[in-house]
Amino acid sequence: MHLSAIRSFVVNIVHLARYFLISAALVFFVSPAIAAEHNPDPADWDSVLAEAKGQEVFWHAWGGAQNINAYIAWVGRQVQSRYGVKLTQVKVSDTANVVARVLAEQQAGRNEGGAVDLVWINGQNFSAMKHQGLLLPYAWSTSLPNYALTDFENKPVLTSDFTEPVQGLESPWGTAQLTFYYDSANLASPPKNLEDLESWIRENPGRFTYAAPPNFIGTTFLKQVLYGLIEDRELLFSTPDRQTFEAATAPLWAWLDKIHPDLWRSGKVFAADTTHLKTLLSDNEIDIAMTFNPGEASSAINEGLLPQTTRSFVMDYGSIGNAHFVAIPFNANARAGAMVVANFLLSPEAQARKSDEEIWGDPTVLAMSKLNAEQRRYFSELTSGAATLDAAELGATLSEPDAFWSTALDAEWLRRYGGQ
Amino acid sequence: MNAKSSPLAIVPALVLALLLIPIGVATLSLLGTALDWKGGWWSHSLEPLQSASGSFEAVLNTPGFWTSAGLSYWIGILTALISLTIVMLFIATFLSSGWFVWIWGIMKPVLAVPHAVAAFGLLFLIAPSGFLIRLVSPELSGFERPPDWLVVNDPAGLSLALGLILKEIPFLFFVTMAALPQTDFRRTRIAASMGYGRIWSWFLSVFPGVYLQIRLPVFAVIAFASSTIDVALILGPVAPPTLSVRILHWMNDPDLSMRTTAAAGAIIQVAITLLAVLTWWAGEYLVLNLGRMAALRGWRFKRDKFLRFLSSLLMATSVLVVSVGLVLLALWSFAGVWRFPDALPRVWTLRSWSAEASNLWATGVRATIIALGAATLSLALVLASLENEYRSNRRATRLAWWTIYVPLLVPQIAFVGGLSVLFIRFSIDGTLWAVILVHMIFTYPYIYLTLSDPWNTFDTRYLSVARSLGKSMNRAFWTIRLPILLRPVLAAFALGFAVSIAQYLPTLLIGAGRQPTLTTEAIALASGGNRRVIGTYALVQTLLPLIVFALANLVPKLLWANRAGLQVRSVE
Repeated sequence: MHLSAIRSFVVNIVHLARYFLISAALVFFVSPAIAAEHNPDPADWDSVLAEAKGQEVFWHAWGGAQNINAYIAWVGRQVQSRYGVKLTQVKVSDTANVVARVLAEQQAGRNEGGAVDLVWINGQNFSAMKHQGLLLPYAWSTSLPNYALTDFENKPVLTSDFTEPVQGLESPWGTAQLTFYYDSANLASPPKNLEDLESWIRENPGRFTYAAPPNFIGTTFLKQVLYGLIEDRELLFSTPDRQTFEAATAPLWAWLDKIHPDLWRSGKVFAADTTHLKTLLSDNEIDIAMTFNPGEASSAINEGLLPQTTRSFVMDYGSIGNAHFVAIPFNANARAGAMVVANFLLSPEAQARKSDEEIWGDPTVLAMSKLNAEQRRYFSELTSGAATLDAAELGATLSEPDAFWSTALDAEWLRRYGGQ
Repeated sequence: MNAKSSPLAIVPALVLALLLIPIGVATLSLLGTALDWKGGWWSHSLEPLQSASGSFEAVLNTPGFWTSAGLSYWIGILTALISLTIVMLFIATFLSSGWFVWIWGIMKPVLAVPHAVAAFGLLFLIAPSGFLIRLVSPELSGFERPPDWLVVNDPAGLSLALGLILKEIPFLFFVTMAALPQTDFRRTRIAASMGYGRIWSWFLSVFPGVYLQIRLPVFAVIAFASSTIDVALILGPVAPPTLSVRILHWMNDPDLSMRTTAAAGAIIQVAITLLAVLTWWAGEYLVLNLGRMAALRGWRFKRDKFLRFLSSLLMATSVLVVSVGLVLLALWSFAGVWRFPDALPRVWTLRSWSAEASNLWATGVRATIIALGAATLSLALVLASLENEYRSNRRATRLAWWTIYVPLLVPQIAFVGGLSVLFIRFSIDGTLWAVILVHMIFTYPYIYLTLSDPWNTFDTRYLSVARSLGKSMNRAFWTIRLPILLRPVLAAFALGFAVSIAQYLPTLLIGAGRQPTLTTEAIALASGGNRRVIGTYALVQTLLPLIVFALANLVPKLLWANRAGLQVRSVE
């Protein structure tokens, strides 16, 4: 190397150092002050309210649905006027981005003043955040004043998220159940068990598909089919060895092998996610779509996305159900504010509005029996659309299998069909 | 003038800091993650993740890995090959015709269309439930339902390549236009007078010189096409998807140990991109030798009428497809009920616009501020770099060129994650300045790339005259060089603006949710698949850069209305 080259290299390094110092100095003056460490205790709710006042809560939530965004905006107006908490929705396309964000902050050693105050979360991401120590590490949600109104005694999905114990580390927001929907103008009586579904698919080639795992609705469909075909359901709540897994899932793969040639695009392409399935149904490319939100069909009718003749159904042997939650990261900046929002989300007024199909149509987590007459009125005023199944029609809820099964089914599906 | 004492001397260091430090650190972080180096502050791996060794084996053993990798490789080469061929054939055909400037005028706005927007437009046009089929259904086709055809998301990635080609054609056109003034294309006339066909004369006499100048942009096209994510998500194969989409899935996997797999995948992605570029390199020799052979044998290729016709047809189609796509997006943004097989919406509504109006405004304003900031600062830095090259009488070396191209050649997904850790570490994430800074990593190369040729072909004797009249270097720069070069300077600025507007991943990760822009908002909303919202955002996303392009075109015209010498002429 030339001496001059070395010299200019050193000079460059010096310049770089200067450049970084300048930017660091700049940042020092422009970045907001970071709050001192504090762990609000929701048992002392008044002090939480006092601390929350004036805080700005950044709620990272999936932003793909206008109706949900509008609902969150309404929540923001309410908590602002009632508690003086400013709520900002950070719209994300995938919750995994939020997990990545918090993880990056943990790695960079930012234990206070994190960018995420509240995150809308599902079972798999919850489990990952919990084990990685990315969540506020004490049971806060069970002490929220409104938590007592939830149906935690009768709904195991509220205390065990994808078999992962919740332990007060996240606060329930809504429930979900795998629901199919179709246009009754095209399809008179939908197939409600696997045998009928299989023969219907064969008679109507190209009119059915599911989302490609590891998309969660695709994985859920695999689990739903497995529930219908497996001999010993108890196995689903354990982590079996490879041999047992193969034997137990053999009927599932055999069933899929039978239907794949007659799927939409001959099983060469699958849908991307629930919204893609909805679009395909709306375009009349397929006849049956599926979702985790039992109110989705009615809600989509109200939005003008699906025809008035859309109806819902579930498999007659029960369908997989779970719940969705909100959680606070370990380094959240506005913890008290986040708790105030989480508590408001559990209020009868907010829960009823969420169940309203004109608004969103997401089922409540509250127990009607625990509400007083006034609180119950919020719900009795609601009407549900023709495309929504009532509790009896929704039938039995099948519990989410052990998290092992999601991972193992995804991997096996990809091995078999993902690399054609 | 002694360059050392000039404040401009710091410019190369600044540029180096801007381009290489972040990417260097990010690469280190990536390697650290993939190879499981423990304990380093860059490391993505923590206690529970550290068992995840053998991440490369994990990638290689993924079912369908070779198909995914092959797709990324093949899409990169195919896209570059077809778009370059179309652009070269077209320029060879039309260079000496008066049409040329006019057609170039139509092409330019397409540059402003973000990739994802063009892809959505194409999707709405050619999908089995798209506009083309709707036009002929049910009357002509008999389709009451969309046919079950594998047109988009095809396993070979042809629709993905098509979507990319639509956008790479104007880009390559743009860089070729910048390179043309340095080439004496009157040579084609001489060749033609010797009986060579029009296209062939161009390939023999002009193409070699032009190609040398646009070679790095062509490599950038290969790199972009082989690692694109947004277009691949819209038009690409699904089972299995391209490698870049797989990396995205790994990164987004709830199982955090998959991040080491993602990091290993990103490194393999870089290798595949490199392999595609090397293949291209080998192809260059093949073309060179074939061309030489044909030239030595004296082949004239006189009958190129069909080829000329084909080139204009393909070029016209590419512009038409993008335009119709934009019209379809506009239709969707005003559509109420619009079901198959209706060619037009049954119900029109302003709902999508009114529901998003305040949001569009807020994020649009922020996106504009960021893009103006990034483009202005990058432009200033580029002008300083170029002026420094001139004053110190040192042209950018080959190595410098490669350095400038690094951000365009390395797939974004490979280093933006590590970059965000760096920004958090320095606590500069989440601010407007941080987002502007990270956008500059991408706007600087594009602006430098577009501006360096016009800058270097400038007749410096003007400056010598100014100096001999006793004016300072700075005076000469401000009153002579800049005014004369105002048109290319503004055009480069507009391109930088468009590049900044389209940034998604860097904005999202560095912005920390505090700086939502039009594009981050659009992608979040698009994840719901609602075409009406997609249409609304796509239109505004296109409109903003379009306005800046139009202004860049208009300002010199108005400013220099009384100076004939500074008006646009045809390239001749």
